[in-house]
Parts: sequence; C-alpha cells; structure tokens
Amino acid sequence: MLVKNEMKLQIPSRSSNESFARVAIASFFAQLDPTVDEIADIKTAVSEAVTNSIVHAYKNQIGTIFIHAKILDDSKVYIRIRDKGCGIEDIDQAMEPMFTTCKTGERAGLGFAVMESFMDKLRVTSKPGKGTTVVLIKTLKKRI
Amino acid sequence: MNNIEVKIEFQDQTMIAYLSGEIDHHTAAEIRSAIDTRIEGAHPSLLILDFANISFMDSSGIGLVMGRYKLMKEIGGQILVTNPSFHIKRVMILAGLDRLAVIDNKKQPQRSDYVGKK
Repeated sequence: MLVKNEMKLQIPSRSSNESFARVAIASFFAQLDPTVDEIADIKTAVSEAVTNSIVHAYKNQIGTIFIHAKILDDSKVYIRIRDKGCGIEDIDQAMEPMFTTCKTGERAGLGFAVMESFMDKLRVTSKPGKGTTVVLIKTLKKRI
Repeated sequence: MNNIEVKIEFQDQTMIAYLSGEIDHHTAAEIRSAIDTRIEGAHPSLLILDFANISFMDSSGIGLVMGRYKLMKEIGGQILVTNPSFHIKRVMILAGLDRLAVIDNKKQPQRSDYVGKK
C-alpha cells in the first residue's frame, strides 16, 4: 500500500506527554482535512494507547514510547504505538471491557474498548518481558 | 503541561465542580484530589460535575466519574454529570456511565434540574 506521508515520534513515558502525543498525531493528520468527530476519535484512541504504555508497560519506570503515523492511500490513517515494556500475558483478557490490573488508580479498564470502538481496526501484539505494539487504523470519510 | 482547572461552588447541600480543560490520566489525578478534599470536608448530598468546558476526555474520565460516584454513594449522596460534549457523551455511554450517573445537558447546573429525576 502506498504511503503518502508519515511521521515518527519518540517520547519518554511521562504522563505529561499523553496530551503532547495526541495533539501531535492530530496535527499530522490535519492535512487530510478530517471532521471534528474523526479527529476526536483519533485523539481519544491515541491517548488510550499511550496511557497504557505509561501506566502498564513502563509501570514504576520511564521508558520510550515509539509512535509511527502514516497516511495510506484512500485517506487511511495508520498509527502504530510501540513500547519495550513488560508486555501483556493474556491479550484476550486485557481486551475485555472493564478488565484492569490496576487496583488503586481508578482505571476503568476501557482503554482497548475505546480504541476498538473509535477506530476501524485495532491490532495488539505483545510478548511478556519484550513489549507491546498497538496498531490503529481508520479510513476517513471522503470529503466532497 | 497542566491543562486543567477545577472551580468548586456550593449551593446548600449541592457541590458543583466546574471542570475546564482536558481529562486524561495525567490531569485526572489533580481533579480527583481537588474534588475529594472538598467532598470530605463538606459532605454534600449532591455532587454536580460540569463538563461544559471540557474539550477532551479519554477513559480516564470514566474512572474519575465512577470513583466520585462510589465516594458519594459511601456518604449517602448522589452524582450528576452536566453538559458533556457529543464526543465525551459517546465515551460515557460506551462505558455505561449513563446507567450509574444522570447525564444532563442543561446550560446551568441547578439543584432543581436534578430533584425528582431518577
């Protein structure tokens, strides 16, 4: 598939970077002239994925989060968010709505449910001890 | 970056928290502590969380509302969420939050808006 444009971003897993990551991604995709709703969907999904890396993957440590955003033909938005953190033992369980390993932090356990609902495609791959990769894909509506 | 503001007002037994800015995992902790300190001090019977000036919220906002719902329930009080934008309401409904807290789209949160509603 033809890559029309792309950008890469590396950020330390500090919670103050959650806002920076979603705004940077939204700015990159602004060239596609997305609707307000489409941008809100993308920002929310990115915020969830980045927060997962900060809260779970790099729990009690600061690691690097690797973000790769691409514009594929037909206005297809592709975002890969990767960390080299602790990884997920059981992906199916982690993706269940309301499931969370975080007992004290008031996490709703809805990160993956939000990503799944607001994007067209969500792919999660993980190796315990190695890290997790989340791929988010959304096709933007054709503008007249 | 710390783009959140919490303004708290009291009307009798009702505590209104006007939130403005963006709610994510980073800012949720600050909102939580600002609200909880006042709840514990005043023991209101109704907590209104006003979302009129919240421009972004991810699922961290769900944890925030659910946590305040539990806290208010513990002290025998109730919770009302007012004025979420279309997108924020979508996140709330996805989480089933509309089944726990009343979500209202009135311009000005008033106690009278809530009395008599389930």
